Amino acid sequence: MSAVRPPERTAPGMTGVWTGIAAILMTFAALVSALVVRQGDGGDWRHFQLPPILIANTLVLMASSVVLWVGAHEPEARPARARAALALALVLGLGFVAGQLIAWRDLAAQGVYLATGPSGAFFFVFTALHAIHLLGGIAGLVYARRRLVAGIPGRTVDAAVTYWHFMGALWIGLLLTLAVSL
Amino acid sequence: MGRLFAVVVTLFTVVSTALFVMHVWWLPPGISVVGSGVDRQINETMIMAGALFVISQLALACFAWRYADLGDARPVKTFPGGATPMVVASILLVGAEIVALTLVGSKVWAQNFMVDADPHALHIDVQAEQFAYYFRYAGADSAFGSMHPALINDANSNFFGLDPANDTTARDDIVAASLVVPVNRPIQLTLHSKDMGHSFYVPQLRLQQDFVPGMVIPLHFTANRTGKYEIVCTQLCGLGHYSMRAYLEVVTDERYGQWLKEQAP
Amino acid sequence: MSHAAPHGPPTGFIRTHVFSLDHKVIGRQYFDLALVAVLTGMVLSWLMRYHLAWPKAALPGLGVLSPDGAPSGVMTPELYLRLMTMHGTIMVFFVLTTAPFAAFGNFFLPIQVGAEDMAFPRFNMASFWVTFVAFLVLVSSFFVHEGPSLAGWTAYAPLSAVGKDAGPGEGAGQTLWAISIAIFCVGQLFGSLNFIATTLDLRTRGMSLARMPFSTWAWFTTSVIGLIAFAVLLPACLLLILDRVAGTSFFVPGGLVVSDRLVPHAGGSPLLWQHLFWFFGHPEVYIAILPGFGIVSHILPAFARKPLLGPRVMIGCLISIGFLSYTVWGHHMFVSGMNPFSAILFSVPTLIITIPATIATLLWIGTLYGSRLRFATPSLFCLGFISVFVTGGLSGLFLAQPSIDTYLHATYFVVGHFHLVMAVAAMFGIFAGVYFWFPKMYGRMMNETLGRWHFWLTFIGVYCIFMPMHYLGLAGNVRRYAVFSDDYLQPLMPLHRFITVAALATGAVQLLFLGNLIWSRFRGVPAPDNPWQATSLEWSTSSPPPFDNFGGRQVVVSHGPNEYGVAGPADFIMQDAPPGGQGA
Ligand code: HEA
Ligand code: HEA
Ligand code: CUA
Ligand SMILES: [Cu+2]
Repeated sequence: MSAVRPPERTAPGMTGVWTGIAAILMTFAALVSALVVRQGDGGDWRHFQLPPILIANTLVLMASSVVLWVGAHEPEARPARARAALALALVLGLGFVAGQLIAWRDLAAQGVYLATGPSGAFFFVFTALHAIHLLGGIAGLVYARRRLVAGIPGRTVDAAVTYWHFMGALWIGLLLTLAVSL
Repeated sequence: MGRLFAVVVTLFTVVSTALFVMHVWWLPPGISVVGSGVDRQINETMIMAGALFVISQLALACFAWRYADLGDARPVKTFPGGATPMVVASILLVGAEIVALTLVGSKVWAQNFMVDADPHALHIDVQAEQFAYYFRYAGADSAFGSMHPALINDANSNFFGLDPANDTTARDDIVAASLVVPVNRPIQLTLHSKDMGHSFYVPQLRLQQDFVPGMVIPLHFTANRTGKYEIVCTQLCGLGHYSMRAYLEVVTDERYGQWLKEQAP
Repeated sequence: MSHAAPHGPPTGFIRTHVFSLDHKVIGRQYFDLALVAVLTGMVLSWLMRYHLAWPKAALPGLGVLSPDGAPSGVMTPELYLRLMTMHGTIMVFFVLTTAPFAAFGNFFLPIQVGAEDMAFPRFNMASFWVTFVAFLVLVSSFFVHEGPSLAGWTAYAPLSAVGKDAGPGEGAGQTLWAISIAIFCVGQLFGSLNFIATTLDLRTRGMSLARMPFSTWAWFTTSVIGLIAFAVLLPACLLLILDRVAGTSFFVPGGLVVSDRLVPHAGGSPLLWQHLFWFFGHPEVYIAILPGFGIVSHILPAFARKPLLGPRVMIGCLISIGFLSYTVWGHHMFVSGMNPFSAILFSVPTLIITIPATIATLLWIGTLYGSRLRFATPSLFCLGFISVFVTGGLSGLFLAQPSIDTYLHATYFVVGHFHLVMAVAAMFGIFAGVYFWFPKMYGRMMNETLGRWHFWLTFIGVYCIFMPMHYLGLAGNVRRYAVFSDDYLQPLMPLHRFITVAALATGAVQLLFLGNLIWSRFRGVPAPDNPWQATSLEWSTSSPPPFDNFGGRQVVVSHGPNEYGVAGPADFIMQDAPPGGQGA
């Protein structure tokens, strides 16, 4: 496909990621407005303590973004460094997901389950959906790294990294929303 | 082929317009003052939409008839003035129509749904459930007993979940299966639902309002003609939705007073 | 995301016909899915109509198909509602989203912009198969205990959320419904992503945005709408599923007593579901109609032999309808119990949408002026589209006003409205597209005589079915009723019987179409490359196009899609003709 077309016009990966970001933002916007409506609606909104490990998780996720930002911003010029950065970010990302699971166990220990009350339900829904999307980001990092190793040109690394940063930003937004309303 | 198309479209236009104009199937006669505002709004929209309907269908028919390709090499022509007249006409014409309809229509809507009921209105509580309506009158003390969902029990006819044992205001509440109201008296309904979304629709009142479980929704009207009318449920509420119905009986003041006495527990 | 990786023609049956990455195969798969779905939905509508007209008459065989839904062959009210729910769901999701958008868009969007495939072929394949699974899940609800949901295609809570106590079908059937729609959303999100990236990034040289055919513009706009709409329906369905299976209460308020049992949920909001659903639902109806706008604008000039009037204005109409479609969802909720003042706020943009719709209609009609209109099945369906869209659109003008909607809401007036714009106008767009593009998709012409008969009988039939529904609605005939037992509805029964007869006859006519489709696929006259003397790129390649669409040729575009009625040996200029020159 790239044989006859000037390559700089062919960056569907980037367009795809930005389009995906728009859709994901919309999904979470719908959920946040559901939260606002639901919170104002019944008198059964129960406040609970957010698990402290969330702070550590957030730091891990931010660290992974920093690693990519420093290490993978010119993948073509410095492929070895980019490869390492991708691998490190991947490990950090998995660490974040593991941390989120611990946070869930924490809540369960507090007696907060999915069906306990609306506040808890929103916590589980937000974190689970974010984690699923983050796993997609991890798959993206793996895929981008494979292509980098194979030496296939294109902006896959940029696309995967952009998505990853978005996941970090989205998480901070969700955490703030939860912190304010729970 | 073009002529056939023109004929068929014209035929449809004429027949369907005629059926509207002749009121072959039409709204049942209204029984409220606000309702006649709704009728006026429908009539005005009917005239405007009817005109647009006839003009555009006939234009379509004319052009299909007139400009069919006959194999001659006549050159094509563009519409005089191009797209601009279309845009200007649409914005001005339809824009004016929107402003006119909204200004008048919003008043009608406001009378129905945005002004409060008359302060002397007769208050009636309505409970909707799968698949019936129940109406509650306050009784001699003019106060409604409070509702407790846990006490709702259809088997012993406690449709509203009243607690007469502990709640004195509940003891004289009258619960009926028909909505009986005095003519020309403002009525204030309060809509509750026990289970699903339901709706209160009386075509003759030109009034429709959903019941939403968990919400208490006010609705008011004044009926100015005596008679017996159907209240039908228009919100899909389960398998018996089609059979969920009650009667609105608009009666004279004397008849109403008498009915109330008969109902008193 | 293997966009840049050139993939050669695959070998083996599975790779070429089942799990193919080729957008053309995927487009045809979507088309076949839509066909299966539309036939299912149509048969359901026959059963519904039969029951509405003769509620006490037994239907031979029905008792065998559904022993508990129709003991002794007479349909029970709950079976009616289940068929209605499945009819609406199948038609809206699996026909009107798949056929005009996913099927035609997949096949023709890449070709029309001169690309060799979609931007992300793997996502594209996933999009179809995910949608297919969603269809299977939905249909499987026919076979579970108590059958499919009876809550309507809108699945209002709490009926849809409190579980099996709410009524038959509200157990497993409703859960499957919610899962199916959630899966469907994922499939369409993948599809939209692909359409957007392909349109933005894979256009060939010279294919500026302004030179894209109207159909491409329509698919592009539709995919932007779809991206946002499905991204909202997806979480809404997830919350609904959680309410049903995990005991949360997003949509179920406290204090409900269903089947004499106090429901354990508390505090949820039924109106929240309605808002989320219609925030998707209204844009969804424009997802159904905009491809029709594009198809008509694309086809009409080729048969009028003159350029579409106001091409840029038309694109402006598409975009502004798409934008406005997000501001009007509350018009489905005028009497729902939401704040009455917001009814006016939703009514005004709803009325404003009629302005671009009117402009588009007038542009089509104006295009006919002074044309040399050729009558063939595709152009007949385009003319039919314009006629029914005007009729159905104008009935929207009534519903858009809250003062009138208090009377007409939930009556057959609404049913008549949305069938005219959706079941007929949008469907006519599909029919026009099928007759126009079939030669390109399958390399054979469709039978023209059968096509014309199909048009005339369908055109007359659908008016006979759906126009009278407006009269029913004006007389106060409510919808979603299995039986019209109310006193004031009795005088309307003859009209219902007329509608039923018309529906059965029109349905039978569709067999002409189906027969034509199947026969032409195998026996039709082989199609030339450009049977309609049209300009866009799909007509510059062979019928059907080769694997990489243009046989390795680098397409260079020098013309817009709208160059008809020019002077010269041919009266049109292909988009990839050399600058200033003619021919192809
Ligand atoms: C393809 C689908 C489609 C389309 C295009 C439309 C188009 C419109 N719809 Fe419709 N609608 C539905 C599908 C669609 N609708 C469905 C499925 C439902 C019901 C869902 C359910 O409850 O199950 C519904 C319900 C619905 C309601 C809610 C009714 C109720 O439940 O009470 C309303 C209310 O405002 C409405 C309004 C409109 C309006 C104003 C338009 C406008 O966009 C129409 C614009 C078009 C025109 C106005 C005609 C244009 C041409 C002319 C006018 C020519 C002019 C000529 C001259 C000037 C000479 N629709
Ligand atoms: C696309 C949408 C679509 C289509 C095509 C139809 C087609 C038909 N519909 Fe339906 N209908 C809905 C969408 C649609 N409907 C929806 C959303 C509801 C609301 C459900 C609810 O309330 O929850 C509804 C509800 C509904 C009701 C109201 C039920 C009630 O409220 O109680 C009725 C009653 O008569 C009805 C009848 C019919 C009839 C007779 C046909 C047809 O038989 C008309 C004849 C058929 C055609 C003209 C087209 C056939 C097309 C093809 C054969 C091929 C197309 C090709 C490809 C796809 C490749 N429909
Ligand atoms: Cu109650 Cu329908
Ligand atoms: Cu709408």
